[in-house]
Amino acid sequence: MVYLRLFLEFFKVGLFALGGGLAALPFLQDLITKYSWMTSKELLNMIAISESTPGAIGINTATFIGFNTGGIPGGIIATAGLAAPSIIIITIIAHYFKKFNQHPLVESAFSGIRPAVAGLIASAAFELAQGGILNLQYLQLNKKLINFFDYKSLLLLLIVFTAVRKFKKHPIIYITVSALIGIIFKF
Amino acid sequence: MKKLLKIFLIFFKIGSFTFGGGYAMLPIIKRELVDNLNWITEKDIYNYYAIGQSTPGIIAVNTATMTGYSLKGIKGALAATTGFIMPSLIIITLIASFFKRFQQIDLFQHAFAAIQIAVVALIIDIVIKMWQKSDKTRASLLIFLIAFLLLVIFKISPVFVILGSAAAGIIIQYLRGNLETAYYDYQNKDQGSDK
Repeated sequence: MVYLRLFLEFFKVGLFALGGGLAALPFLQDLITKYSWMTSKELLNMIAISESTPGAIGINTATFIGFNTGGIPGGIIATAGLAAPSIIIITIIAHYFKKFNQHPLVESAFSGIRPAVAGLIASAAFELAQGGILNLQYLQLNKKLINFFDYKSLLLLLIVFTAVRKFKKHPIIYITVSALIGIIFKF
Repeated sequence: MKKLLKIFLIFFKIGSFTFGGGYAMLPIIKRELVDNLNWITEKDIYNYYAIGQSTPGIIAVNTATMTGYSLKGIKGALAATTGFIMPSLIIITLIASFFKRFQQIDLFQHAFAAIQIAVVALIIDIVIKMWQKSDKTRASLLIFLIAFLLLVIFKISPVFVILGSAAAGIIIQYLRGNLETAYYDYQNKDQGSDK
């Protein structure tokens, strides 16, 4: 019963993958070898596509593997399996959060958490920038600072950032325009 | 019913334009739910995101479920999550159907490389706004810097950062003497609502 297996295996990934979509990768690697659903190379290709298409990476990968294994129903079932633990756990937490978010202990805990979340979000931006704008490996290779920045990307960052601060348009606009720029100028 | 449909559609939109991890959805959530609809506050978003980060599961899905629940209970949670997941299901199914003939992957990758840069710009903007709207105390700045450095340099799991900052928050409020007065108010309010 391939559908049941897809649901249960992805339910397990959803339950134990703590963190972003990439945290699920080792689990997926295990899965596809265990059931020989696809080769590692296919998995890598699929991750490249899952990363560069809309939606959470984990969800995209689940849909991909599910579809390859069991067609359209397979895709839906694998994705539902991956999301189910989130829905169950978060619904329980949300219920209590709603009840206790006025509690002084909870309030003061979150007063500490919020600046840490800002740090978390800033670190996500930093990691992204490291991949796209700063060429760390170049610096190690030839020790020249001039190769440290990818100037094309840096220029785009400055333009988009200025536009975001100045025009305050919907984020979707910046994302769409950048996608077009990326295709035209081969980023 | 109308609100549920709206929740579904908004999260469908968010799912269609979230490239990358859960942080990438924050600028769009903020624009739709805080700026445009006023359904939740900015503070709420960061609370939900913190919860989504530190519980099992995909962060983006956790954040969607948490936000949906706060808007309209369990039904809201389901509407938000299915809305968020739907674009993935549709787009990936289409791509996977044509995958063998799919030669234009580099087209997607060029687009994505530039989108990532736009996301960096949007996130820096969010962090600046978070700072402007925060209480701007030295303690908050310190927590921000410590969290950032722990994550970037020591690659510590976000879960520990969130747990640690929760403890720091409680200790700071206790040292300032806010905790006791808050308790007093909280208990009085509780008794008030019982009557």
